Amino acid sequence: MQEVFQGRVWIFGDDISTDHIIAGKYLGTTDARIFAEHAMENVRSDWAKQVKPGDLIVAGDNFGCGSSREQAPLALKTLGITAIVANSFARIFYRNAINLALPVVECRDLVRHVNEGETLSVDLTKGELRTAAGRTFATAPYPPHIVEILKAGGLVPKLRAELAAKT
Amino acid sequence: MHAKTLSEKIVARASGQASVVPGQIVDCAVDLLYMHEMLAMCIQPFEEIGVGKVWDPAKIAVTLDHWVPAPNAEIARMHDAIRRFCAAQGIQRFNDIGDHGIIHQLIAERGYAHPGELVIGSDSHTNMVGAVGAFAAGIGATDTAAVMATGKLWLKVPETIRVDVSGIPDKRTVSKDIILRVIKTTGDDGAQYKAVEFTGKTVMDLPMHERLVLSNMTTEMGAKVGMIAADGTTKEYLAHTGRPFHPIAADEGATYAKTFSIDVQGMGPQVACPSNPANVKAVEEVSGTKVDVAFLGSCTNARIEDLRIAAELLDGEHVAAKVRFLITPASQRIYKEAVKEGLASKFLDAGATFIASTCGPCFGGHMGTLASKEVCISSTNRNYPGRMGSPEALVYLASPWTVTASALYGEITDPRTV
Repeated sequence: MQEVFQGRVWIFGDDISTDHIIAGKYLGTTDARIFAEHAMENVRSDWAKQVKPGDLIVAGDNFGCGSSREQAPLALKTLGITAIVANSFARIFYRNAINLALPVVECRDLVRHVNEGETLSVDLTKGELRTAAGRTFATAPYPPHIVEILKAGGLVPKLRAELAAKT
Repeated sequence: MHAKTLSEKIVARASGQASVVPGQIVDCAVDLLYMHEMLAMCIQPFEEIGVGKVWDPAKIAVTLDHWVPAPNAEIARMHDAIRRFCAAQGIQRFNDIGDHGIIHQLIAERGYAHPGELVIGSDSHTNMVGAVGAFAAGIGATDTAAVMATGKLWLKVPETIRVDVSGIPDKRTVSKDIILRVIKTTGDDGAQYKAVEFTGKTVMDLPMHERLVLSNMTTEMGAKVGMIAADGTTKEYLAHTGRPFHPIAADEGATYAKTFSIDVQGMGPQVACPSNPANVKAVEEVSGTKVDVAFLGSCTNARIEDLRIAAELLDGEHVAAKVRFLITPASQRIYKEAVKEGLASKFLDAGATFIASTCGPCFGGHMGTLASKEVCISSTNRNYPGRMGSPEALVYLASPWTVTASALYGEITDPRTV
């Protein structure tokens, strides 16, 4: 997991549901490229084409609410989104993203202080976010449990390593 | 030892601790894991973990519900992969197409989940099973793969919000209207990361098919679980399983993060308007809104009692001109019962379309997806943009009474006036 990085910001509002992130009609496959190709189509029709690896999402309240579909964080990760910062996240989306080693960062009000297209710097070790204007925002550190999953590169590699260590 | 809420009791027991406090992260032993087509997304991560065999095939239940019957070759391939996986892993409770149901309904009606159990499902509406007094939470594909491999799941002990409901609502006003009123009060993230516990005489007087609706839509409040104490009603509902019944209730003096007291005395039907389940209005405020489609289906409201409501209103009548009324039962057992009771012929005589059990229309997957600008009144649980098809379609959520009355008149209709 990259702990210090910066990227171009995409702004989204409140209550971005998993139906927004990847619509139900595209779930009839296990191919992550399909999910990526249609990400956020219900919000911005051509967004997925404009995203570049390393970009970040900054959003409002309750990001990822709705269904448990892990295809939502998988679509964003497959597009190359390196982190999502939001006022708050829906619980299943939060877990799913961590399990895929996609950092989700709770930071209240950042969305009101950054503009789309600006560069945001993220330091997960210090728990600090810095806007292009130089303003800094603090984020609560992850509990050790979550740090372990992120550092292992996701829940599956973590469990695989634990199993290998036992045998 | 401090007094515990329902969810704290179960999480403490499942994590092998005398007591747990909100915020604590614990590893829990899972009593029941259930999956639908998401299993197709779990097979690869499960294989990558490298354990080979699932931890306990007797604690797993699987059905197919989202795309039933398979609408294309790719989904047929996913179904085939699931069938092979269940056979290879010795998962006996694989309810294949024909004996299937929307998974939460299947788990409830077969009595696979019991009070006090820690139940994990691969779908956000797993909360529904909390109506039998289980701690029932939804997770995604990677977590599901991890539970299949280890039988364990880490959980942050949630704070509990109590929703205390009092009063007797007006006629033709049911638990769907109550939960919509609750979500209006809490907002669609009002219970984020939290357990919801329903209390009050109004709740405990509800039959199980109505309690299931309350728990189901705690998902639309952001809740981790939506629980109801297990009492005599629960015991009767689960009696057919022949398993010993252990009632469960919160301790006196348990700590709640917040209590919402909701008085529904005299309340009429409620409707969640586009495009958020918390955008709830009294039916009078939206009556007269023209609809193209009425949908009675999903895990939320398509049990036999809901179908009986539709049949009662449709009996001898006909669906309004230019309106499609689509009805899909929550399970094949309900389908069979509806045919046996003569409900099916009433639906067909009235010009409704009655299809096998599937989640399809509810999530815009297949069978009944909406075109741009179409307006739908639906007994389902979500109406975010694009949920049932085109992002320009407008979806109103309501009870079986309101949905059926609206199908008859071609516009949102107060069922008390029919």
